[in-house]
Amino acid sequence: MSWNNQEMCDEVIALFKDGATVNLGIGMPTEIAERIPASKQIWIHAENGVLGVEGRPTKKTVSPTLINAGKETVSIKKGASFFDSSLSFGMIRGGHVDYCVLGGMEVDCEGSLANWMVPGKKLTGMGGAMDLVNGAKAVFVMMNHFSKDGAVKLVPKCTLPLTGLKVVNLVVTEMGIFKPVGSKFEIVKLAPEVKEADLKFNH
Amino acid sequence: MNKVFKNARSALFDLKSDITLMSGGFGLCGIAENCIDALTEMEINNLTIISNNIGNSGRGLVKILKQNKIKKAYCSYVGGNPDLEERINKKEVVVELVPQGTFAERIRAAGMGIRAFYTPTGFGTLVAEGKEIKDFDRPCIMETALHADFAIIKAEIGDTFGNLYFKETARNFSPLMAMAAKITIVEVEKLVQVGELSSDQIHLPGIFVQRIFQGQNYKNDIEFLKLSGEV
Repeated sequence: MSWNNQEMCDEVIALFKDGATVNLGIGMPTEIAERIPASKQIWIHAENGVLGVEGRPTKKTVSPTLINAGKETVSIKKGASFFDSSLSFGMIRGGHVDYCVLGGMEVDCEGSLANWMVPGKKLTGMGGAMDLVNGAKAVFVMMNHFSKDGAVKLVPKCTLPLTGLKVVNLVVTEMGIFKPVGSKFEIVKLAPEVKEADLKFNH
Repeated sequence: MNKVFKNARSALFDLKSDITLMSGGFGLCGIAENCIDALTEMEINNLTIISNNIGNSGRGLVKILKQNKIKKAYCSYVGGNPDLEERINKKEVVVELVPQGTFAERIRAAGMGIRAFYTPTGFGTLVAEGKEIKDFDRPCIMETALHADFAIIKAEIGDTFGNLYFKETARNFSPLMAMAAKITIVEVEKLVQVGELSSDQIHLPGIFVQRIFQGQNYKNDIEFLKLSGEV
């Protein structure tokens, strides 16, 4: 039994220290914001210029000028602050953000990440990902274990253009939590009933 | 010196072809709607645009992109913009993708008189190709300042000197661009007299603003409406 998306979010949340500052990438990691218990006192940073994202607004409180990096409407908690993009990335590049959680296309054994383009096929741009992977104190990648064509996304060496070289601390997939240690992925934790052979690692 | 103009068309009177133009906003949040609409009506082309996103789904800067007025763009993210992707593939528009933090800092550097800086962002990636690398505590790449002839930005409230107050996350790149451009044109939801904005409220001092006008008919589009209770 692999984890569903909510369970994956909860696994990531369990890795956060209380009171930490966290940046959440577009896509799968965004959902984490809605599942963090208030008791953890996490400060969510969105690189478009807000520290203190809470969850979602109501029809009454929704504001077109209050969004996250995925351009989705959000709500903020007490003590939240707004700032410009330079200060926002200063928080990231300056090493003030404790964790960032990003989506991924490939992560390799050395901790390199690819998530911004597939040559000749898909070009999204790196957005803030290259700054985040080089600036946050810890970098977590949250992604599906396998691509749509069934290939395992945790690879010996990335083949796609890199977002960052040797930057990833942990990878969380529906199969478990894995740590790139140079020549292989170390298993930190497996989802219930998942066996090592199910991981299909080819290193 | 009077900085107040009647509308976007009058404030953009000397904006010509072949110039470099910064445009504030993150996605559609905080974009200079009136100025962009005015650009669609002007006989200009060969623009170099510096903007985090080049609009989205027919909105924002996509309006002038579709008129083939843009020859080059600096941005960090092109996802969700099929019109741009099509023009990149046909080689009608040259896009330089810049990591967002480097993008912001290159613009800030221009405004602050910094010629270049070193950052670890992009080391070991395509972004580092052809750039000077220097080893500090870790390898860093040299990035240079990004200047512009004009900037078009939007603020919530502005006074007649150009002091600006931004709302929530609509601030993003706009104050940086105001500092980096030779001529900064600001449209505001509300134009007030000097003194009506308290000095403590001013996010960007008017020294960085050359022209300002009271905007109108704002759409303030939401790209992805998400409400509590919905996934």
